[in-house]
Amino acid sequence: MTEDSSDYRHPLPELEGLTQEFYDLCKEGTLHFQRCAGCRAWRHVPREMCPECGSWDWAWAPSTGRGKVFSWTVVARALHPAFKDDTPYAPVIVEMDEGVRLLTQVTDVAPDALEIDMPVEVAFDAVTPEITLPRFRRAAA
Amino acid sequence: MAESNRSTAILESPIQVTDPACIVGIGETDYVRKPGSGMSALGIQLLAATRAIEEAGLTGKQIDGIMPFPNLGNAEAFAANLGCENLRFASIIHMGGAAPVASLRDAAAAVNSGAANYVLIPGGWNGYSGARVRQTVSQDVSSLPGGEIARDYYLPYGFTAPPQWYSVMARRHMHEFGTKPEQLGCIAVAMRKHAQLNPNAVMRGREMTLDDYLASPMLADPYRFFDCCIETDGAAAVVVTTAERARDLGKHPVSIMAGAAGQPYPADEITNRKDIFRTGLSLAAPEAFQKAGIKPSDIDFAQIYDCFTFEVLQQLEEVGFCKRGEGGPFVEGGRIELGGELPVNTHGGLLSEAHVLGINHIVEAVRQLRGDAGERQVRDAEIGVVTGWGDFGDGSIAILRR
Ligand SMILES: [Zn+2]
Repeated sequence: MTEDSSDYRHPLPELEGLTQEFYDLCKEGTLHFQRCAGCRAWRHVPREMCPECGSWDWAWAPSTGRGKVFSWTVVARALHPAFKDDTPYAPVIVEMDEGVRLLTQVTDVAPDALEIDMPVEVAFDAVTPEITLPRFRRAAA
Repeated sequence: MAESNRSTAILESPIQVTDPACIVGIGETDYVRKPGSGMSALGIQLLAATRAIEEAGLTGKQIDGIMPFPNLGNAEAFAANLGCENLRFASIIHMGGAAPVASLRDAAAAVNSGAANYVLIPGGWNGYSGARVRQTVSQDVSSLPGGEIARDYYLPYGFTAPPQWYSVMARRHMHEFGTKPEQLGCIAVAMRKHAQLNPNAVMRGREMTLDDYLASPMLADPYRFFDCCIETDGAAAVVVTTAERARDLGKHPVSIMAGAAGQPYPADEITNRKDIFRTGLSLAAPEAFQKAGIKPSDIDFAQIYDCFTFEVLQQLEEVGFCKRGEGGPFVEGGRIELGGELPVNTHGGLLSEAHVLGINHIVEAVRQLRGDAGERQVRDAEIGVVTGWGDFGDGSIAILRR
């Protein structure tokens, strides 16, 4: 796990390959997902080729940044030492307008106030100078 | 299932090209928590292995195939300790808790193909006193299912461990089908009841009511503390050989009628599945029943991999004991308890016997089919199912017959 000079003490993604491209776009303040040039299918997490049509051609395509809550768990007892002071916290699966889902957190909604299908929008969180994580906040319906 | 429900399909099942392979030996250590086993992680597995080999009427020298549990040992070390001078078949199935039951399938294929004569499937750990399960999972990224995906897309958000990964599925099931916490509680209570009849169960002597279950603290909502299996020191092992060799050994061989394994899609990423309930077992179970020529209603008991309560409910659905979405009502009213329509985890399972990676489920199935289960014997048990569940929903199933 990346450890940098900041006092951010949670696990961070390793910036390499397609994952670096994904997070670098987040750092620029835009959420993008891969979109197949062959069949136009969206995909996340980043993959080398399109599992739908077999095409190797794709581009980073901008997301609306909007989605809705698909599911979540509320962690009452952390099972990773970096999160022991964060409980209760909720890892949330958000289903984007584009159809892809991502694992994230919704920052401005208490875990016990989450609801399935709650509309949310991306809210970038620059946790270190190098890495910006896409988190979400409640959006208007 | 009740005798009256038994289909005549068993008698009409197609004649197999080869006799089904058999389980001829089972072995277990004591299952303990405080103060721990006092043995090394390999040593405790070797103890279970020697018991299984001896019970089969074999010696270590005769074992020529070994299928260790992923990340918990290698065949070379087992062979060097057990004196397996002729090790010809060594294979590890990387399906987490689904590995032992998937190994039954591959061990059966190995002995029937001549790749090996006697295959040992060991597994165990100091799950309580050693590197605790949760620490292993959270700190050793290389052993995480999903590997770099988990590291880069899950861990930054604190989505770090099995009860969290699976509880998002449980919540979705509750949303789509109205499954209730009390129904998950029925599973925990049934396992605990069965453990009271098992001298080697960690939770023997510690009864639990549905109210106790509901009062237990949340761990990863909707999972409470009592939805989770118990970290245990212990090991178990089984030995597989051909039907012909099994007859020569003169023990009580248990036939592997069919085995199958499968993976969800994608297997390395939980969130982007079109159908979040389509797991490895969804493919494996129909395959196994087709191979065996029987139906779920022909089954007398089921040992279902119960890392958490909802996984039992979900697997009961995907095996086909009930329709998808009906698992909640299915587990109510004692149906899955001894004396019920489909006794599940008659030994107490990972939830109340011990978390021994599901090898203890195979051992218990063999015991039931031999008629050796004592107080917890399922009467006239003839055919049983064992399942495995691992990683992000890998699944395996074996149909065993006395
Ligand atoms: Zn495509």
